[in-house]
Amino acid sequence: MAQMKFMCDAERCIECNGCVTACKNANEVEWGVQRRRVVTLNDGESDEVSISVACMHCDDAPCMAVCPTDCFYKTDDGIVLHDKDLCIGCGYCLYACPFGAPQFPKENAFGERGKMDKCTFCAGGPADSKEEEYEKYGANRIAEGKLPLCAEMCSTKALLAGDAQTVADIFRQRVVQRGHKDGGWSGNSRADADNLAYDAAQEG
Amino acid sequence: MTVSAPHALLWRISLLAMLLIGLALSQPTIAQSDPDKEAGFAVPAVDADIWRQVRSGETDANYRDTRAESTYNLVNASGETWRQWRNRWVSPYGLIVLGGMLAMIALFYFIFGRKELEEPRTGRKLLRWSVLDRSLHWSVATLFIILALTGLNLLYGKFVFKPLLGDAFWASMISGSKLLHNYLGPVFGILLIIILAKFLKHNLPKKHDWVWFKKGGGLIGKGHADAGFANGGEKVWYWLLATAGLLVIASGLVLDFPNYGQTRDTMQWANIIHAVLALGLTAVAFGHIYIGTLGTEGSIEGMATGYVDETWAKEHHNLWYEEVKDQARDETELASDDAQRHPPDNPAPDRPS
Repeated sequence: MAQMKFMCDAERCIECNGCVTACKNANEVEWGVQRRRVVTLNDGESDEVSISVACMHCDDAPCMAVCPTDCFYKTDDGIVLHDKDLCIGCGYCLYACPFGAPQFPKENAFGERGKMDKCTFCAGGPADSKEEEYEKYGANRIAEGKLPLCAEMCSTKALLAGDAQTVADIFRQRVVQRGHKDGGWSGNSRADADNLAYDAAQEG
Repeated sequence: MTVSAPHALLWRISLLAMLLIGLALSQPTIAQSDPDKEAGFAVPAVDADIWRQVRSGETDANYRDTRAESTYNLVNASGETWRQWRNRWVSPYGLIVLGGMLAMIALFYFIFGRKELEEPRTGRKLLRWSVLDRSLHWSVATLFIILALTGLNLLYGKFVFKPLLGDAFWASMISGSKLLHNYLGPVFGILLIIILAKFLKHNLPKKHDWVWFKKGGGLIGKGHADAGFANGGEKVWYWLLATAGLLVIASGLVLDFPNYGQTRDTMQWANIIHAVLALGLTAVAFGHIYIGTLGTEGSIEGMATGYVDETWAKEHHNLWYEEVKDQARDETELASDDAQRHPPDNPAPDRPS
């Protein structure tokens, strides 16, 4: 079985927020919730870098471990999904998640947060009908044999989604070719630094 | 008006010429491009050190999240700390503390048994708790039990009730627990503060309390330790509620009202403080409930009817007894008073003495 993963190549991300928009549109995410976000480090500096973040569908998911209702489950494809009928909106998944993926439509007195919403890897969630599934969790593109729309629509192919092995192979190939001495970016000082996005084996 | 033909032609020729000159000039520049020189202009690396910094949860000053009003850092490193504290320490050790307390109480009961009154009852009663005292006590007690049960359900319920009762029932059970816990919590907080204020005068530490502790409260054996209205043990319970109890309420309010914009990190710590102290208080409450009901003959009468027997007062609160012994009233006299307060068509229920 595949192990689905996202990977954002920060060397390619141009902070266009196309992934955020694609996600919002594909899943009809409710107002106030943004399943995917783009974070920019050193914004405005010469070493500015952006990265697109959403639920990373962790192997050892902290949200699953702390949920008091045990509403999370992992699909055979390694996708972390949750049952909104069981969610009580306690916010524990938000406390535990490293990526700020779980979000709530409200933040009111007496802990009234509403049902948690997060990225489903465009795999929907538990529901009795297709309509109900779309209403609660958004699109189930995986069931249609499609990958998450955010990655499909990424203009620079910075955001990759799919089986972990395939994604890793694509990234590895990029890394090897990115710093090649005959390549367009040859001599780039970033390649000399201790940088995982450049092939460490290349010369000079 | 259209541009005349000769003019347009001239334009096109000059544009083409400029383009050619431009290309001719730029060609050598490309050919002579120097990788080292180019590297000088290249952006410095966002290197592994920066990613390490990001992973550690540090937030650089020049950091931007495109999501508005977000206080999240890119990687919430403290989330893992919170998870480990909660799942590896609070959860299992909470069970050990609660189970250990129950086991100790059971063991104590089977070895030493119930603390009976040594002298026969005199049948004369002393007023110990007013109606207001008792209403406050039982309101706080009821809320405490509801909050403890719902809180325990939030921490441990998924291991027991979800597999046992099925998802549909579990969904209503756990959401009901959360609603009760979140809405009754603040009510408990207000009532606890009132009851603490009301009982403060009885619970100020006195010199004889120290002797009481040294004698083990007279719970074991025959010896009696001096005690006023409240004995040393009751004072410990009072001050636990006045310290840990108030902290539980304060941390609970932090968790219960996320609308004030407290950060995720604040709520992580509030949750740990809340869970640790609440589990501890629940364990001590087991002891309080045992001593007040099964463990000591005559104690529950005080909180149920308001009156205690003279013998009970003498044996458990001798200093208080000395103060109020001339106010003792015969139980038949009390019963007739009680009957008078109720109209004849609504006779007072029989009270067991």
